[in-house]
Amino acid sequence: MSDLQRHGATDHELATVDSERFPVPDPGEPEHLPRLTDIDEAAANRATRQVATMFGLVPILALIFVVCYFAVPKDAVVDFGPLHTPAQHVIFGLTLGLALLLIGTGAIQWARQLMDDHEMVDHRHGAASSNEDREYVITELEKGIDESGITRRKVLGASLLGALGLVALPGVVLLADLGPWPTRKFLERTLETTIWKEGIRLVNDVTYTPIKAEQVQIGQLINAQPENLQDFHGTEFLQEKAKASIIVVRMNPNTIKIPESRKDWHVGGILCYSKICTHVGCPISLWEQQTHHLLCPCHQSTFDLGDSGLVVFGPAARALPQLPITVDAEGYLVARDGFDVPTGPSYFERDSRNDFKRGDN
Amino acid sequence: MAKPAPTVSGSASVPAETPAKQLGPVFKAAAGPAKWTDERIGVAKLSRPFIRKVFPDHWSFLLGEVALYSFIILLLTGVFLTLWFKPSMAEVEYEGTYQLLRGLQMSQAFESSLAISFDIRGGLLIRQMHHWAAMLFIAAMLAHSLRIFFTGAFRKPREVNWLIGVGLLSIGLVEGFAGYSLPDDLLSGTGLRFVDGLIRSIPVIGTWAEMFVFGGEFPGDLIVARLYMAHILLIPALLLGLIGAHLALVVYHKHTQYPGAGRNDGNVVGYPVFPVYMAKAGGFFFIVFGVVTLMGGLMQINPLWTYGPYNPAEVTAGSQPDWYMGFVEGAIRIMPNWESHIGSTTWSWNVAIPGLGLMGLMFGLMAAYPFIEAWVTGDKSEHHVLDRPRNAPTRTAFGVAAMTCYGLFWIGGGNDLVATQFHVSLNSVTYFLRVAVFVGPVIAFIITKRICIALQRADEERLLHGSESAIIVRDPSGSYSEAHVPISQEEAYALTQHVEPKPLAPLTEQGDLSDKEYKAEQRRRKATRFWFLDALRKPTRAELEEAAHHHDGGDHDGADGDGHGGHDAKALGASSGARRAAD
Repeated sequence: MSDLQRHGATDHELATVDSERFPVPDPGEPEHLPRLTDIDEAAANRATRQVATMFGLVPILALIFVVCYFAVPKDAVVDFGPLHTPAQHVIFGLTLGLALLLIGTGAIQWARQLMDDHEMVDHRHGAASSNEDREYVITELEKGIDESGITRRKVLGASLLGALGLVALPGVVLLADLGPWPTRKFLERTLETTIWKEGIRLVNDVTYTPIKAEQVQIGQLINAQPENLQDFHGTEFLQEKAKASIIVVRMNPNTIKIPESRKDWHVGGILCYSKICTHVGCPISLWEQQTHHLLCPCHQSTFDLGDSGLVVFGPAARALPQLPITVDAEGYLVARDGFDVPTGPSYFERDSRNDFKRGDN
Repeated sequence: MAKPAPTVSGSASVPAETPAKQLGPVFKAAAGPAKWTDERIGVAKLSRPFIRKVFPDHWSFLLGEVALYSFIILLLTGVFLTLWFKPSMAEVEYEGTYQLLRGLQMSQAFESSLAISFDIRGGLLIRQMHHWAAMLFIAAMLAHSLRIFFTGAFRKPREVNWLIGVGLLSIGLVEGFAGYSLPDDLLSGTGLRFVDGLIRSIPVIGTWAEMFVFGGEFPGDLIVARLYMAHILLIPALLLGLIGAHLALVVYHKHTQYPGAGRNDGNVVGYPVFPVYMAKAGGFFFIVFGVVTLMGGLMQINPLWTYGPYNPAEVTAGSQPDWYMGFVEGAIRIMPNWESHIGSTTWSWNVAIPGLGLMGLMFGLMAAYPFIEAWVTGDKSEHHVLDRPRNAPTRTAFGVAAMTCYGLFWIGGGNDLVATQFHVSLNSVTYFLRVAVFVGPVIAFIITKRICIALQRADEERLLHGSESAIIVRDPSGSYSEAHVPISQEEAYALTQHVEPKPLAPLTEQGDLSDKEYKAEQRRRKATRFWFLDALRKPTRAELEEAAHHHDGGDHDGADGDGHGGHDAKALGASSGARRAAD
C-alpha cells in the first residue's frame, strides 16, 4: 500500500502542503487492518460455505418455480393474513425473488469477506485536453476547412445550411395531420356543443331509464345522461359522454337562489347541471345535501348548486353550466334546450363572457 | 480562495504486477476464443483502462445504482408485458376470467391488462414488478440527485453530467406517466382527463396541442397507441442514450469521493472494478432485482380490476396519481382559481401555472443551480472530493428549502386524505398550504443553515479540544470535569480539508472595470456575503497547534466548570472577527 502511496507522492504533497488550505496535513492512507477472514482460516472457510450455500439454494428455488408453474392449479388461492392472492403469483414472487436476492447477497458476501480488500489509489487527470491536443485539433480543423474550399467558395456553406434547414420543413409539416385543426367551425361542432337539445329526455346514467319529476325527492342527486347517448358507440360514445354527463338534484326552491334569467330552467326545485368540472374535467358527484355544495373528488373545487353552480372553493374558476329543463307530456324530465355555454375545462379560444357570474340575475 | 489541487497526468496508477506463475485452467480454456476476439476487436486494449479502474466505496453512491438497476428491471419486465398488451382503444365486451367485470364494455388495452393479470401465469407478478420498479426508478433518481446536490458533486467538471441527470429525471416523470396511462382503467383515464385539461390550458396554443396530442376530442381512440409508442420506444431510447452518456462521464471523470485520510482532489481511493466492484455492483443488481420481485409478489400495486374500465362520467374519491406526480397534483389543488377572460379568450392560470409552470420551475432551478453557485464563488478549479453538507451551509439550506417546498406541495396532492385521516377541514388544509409553500421553505432555510453552522462548531470543538474521553476527573477542589483526548490526524484531516469560499467585501473603487463589470462584480460580492458570511471558518494550523499545546500541558482545568468555554469564546470571537472582514 505504501508503494501505491509513494507512487503519487508528488501530487499528494502538492495537494496538501499548503497550510492555509490544509491546516492538518494529510496523514496518508490509514493502515490496512486485516479482517477476521484474512487471519483466521476457519472464518474464511465459514464465509466460503455461506457464499456457496447461498448460490447453492438458487437452483433449488428456480426448480420450485418451474415445478409450481406446471403443478399448481391456476385458480388456487393463498389466504394467509393480509395475503389473499393467486397461489402461483405468491410462489413465483417468493421463489424468484429469493433466488435473485441470494445471488446478490452471495456475491456481496464473497466480495466483502473473501476478496482482497486493500484499497487502491488511482490518479486523476484534468477533464480538459492538453494544450497540444487542442492545438492539434484546431490546426487540423483549420486545415480541413481550408481543404474543403468552403472559405473560398462561401456559397457552398450558405446553400448547404439552407438545404439542411429547409429539408426539415417537410418533416415538420408531416405532423400537421396529428389531429384535427381547432378552427372556429371545428370548435363549434366539438368542444362547444353537446348532444343535448330541446326535448331530449334525462335518463339514469346506468339503466337509461327516463326520470319522472314526481319521483325525485328533495335532497336527492341523480347521475344522468341524455337519452340519445345510446345512439353513439365506441370513441364517439366516450367523447359525447365526456361533455354531456349531468347531475340532477332536487332542492327546496324556497331555500335556494334562483336568478330571474333562470326562473323557468327548473321543475319545482329540480335543477340540472353539467357533471364535468370546469377546472380540468373530472366528473363531479360528491353531494352535500344540507349545504347544496357539490365537491369534485379530484381537486376539491366546490360548487354551490343552490346558487347557479357558482364556485365557492377550490381551483375551478367558472360556475358549473346549468341545463334548462322542463317536463314532457308524460311527466318525464326533458331538456328545454342545450347548454348555453361549453361544458368542461377551459381552453384558450373559449369565450367565457357568457358564463354565469356572481351578481348576475 | 483556496488553491486548486493540481491534477497530474501520471502513468498508469496501479503498477501491473507480473506474476511468474502459470495461467489457471480457465485462462487456458479461454485462450483460444480470447485470442480470436482480441485479434478482431482488440478486447485487451479496450478493457485495459477499465479492468482495474478504482471506485470509492460509500452507501450513498448506491442510490444512483438503484436507479440504474430499476431501469434495467423495467426494460426486462416491460418486454414481457409487451408480448400480451394490446395498445388499442377499440371497444370489446369483457368475457375473461375476472367475473365481476364480465359483460362490461371496455377498451382492448384494459382487457389485455386484465388478461395479463389473470390469465397469463406470472403476468400479475411481472406487471406489479414493472410498476414497483417504476416507483423505485424515480425515487432513486430523486434521492441520487439530492445526494449529488448536498455533497456538491455537481461542481466542475461535472456540470454537464448534472444537466444530463436533470434531463433523466424530467423524462423519467413523463415516461412513468405514459406507462400509468396505458391500461386505460378508470384511474389512468382520470389521469389522462387531467392531462387533457392541462394541455388545453396552455395559453394561445393549448387547444391545438390538445387536438394534436389526442388526435381529436378527448378521449379519442389514439392516445393509448401514441403513449404506447412513446412509452416503449421513444422515451426509453432517450433514457438509454442519456444513461449511457451519464455513465460514460462518470467513468471519464472518475468517481467523486468523500473526504478522508489519503484522499484529495488529485486521486481516487477505492476498490478495483474487477473483481471487487463486479461482485459488489453485480451483486447489488441482483439484490435490487430480488427485492423488486418480492415486492411484486407480496405487495399489491395498482389493482386495476377494482377500478374498472374508463368512464368519463365516473371517478373514485381519493383518486391520486403515482407518487412522483404528487407535487404537481398538490400545486393544482391548492392553486387559487385565477382565470382571465380577455375578449373572447380564456387564460387558465389556475391550471397552467401549477401544472406546467411548477415543473418548469423545478427543473429550471435544478439545472441552473451549479452555474449560479459557480458564478458566486468564481471558482474555476475541479472538485473531486465531496463537500460535507455542513460545510456548505447556504447550499444545504437551499436544498432543504427546496425539499420542504416539494414536500408541502406533495402534501397538497393528498389534501383530501389529510383532511379525512386527521379530522381537519379540507378548506383549512388548502388555505394553510397556500401560505406554507412560500413560508415553509424560508423557515427551513434559516433552520438548516443554523444547524449546519452548529455542526461546524461541533467539528471545531473536536478539532480544538478533542473528543470526550468519558473519563470524569475530580480535582482537589472537588469539582468535576471530563477529560478530552485529541482526535486522530485522519479525522482532523477529514474535518479540515474542505475548500472554504470566502465572503467578499464590496469593492471601494471601480478601478479599470467598466460600469457594467463593476456592477456585476458588486452583485457577485454581495452574493458571496449571503452565501459564505455565516459559515464558520475552519481553524488555522496555528490555532490547531496552540490547541494541541494546550492539551499537552495537561490543562484539564476543572475550575473552568464548562470545560474550555472561555477559550472557545475567545477563539471564536477572534476568528469570527477576522472571518467577517475577510476579503
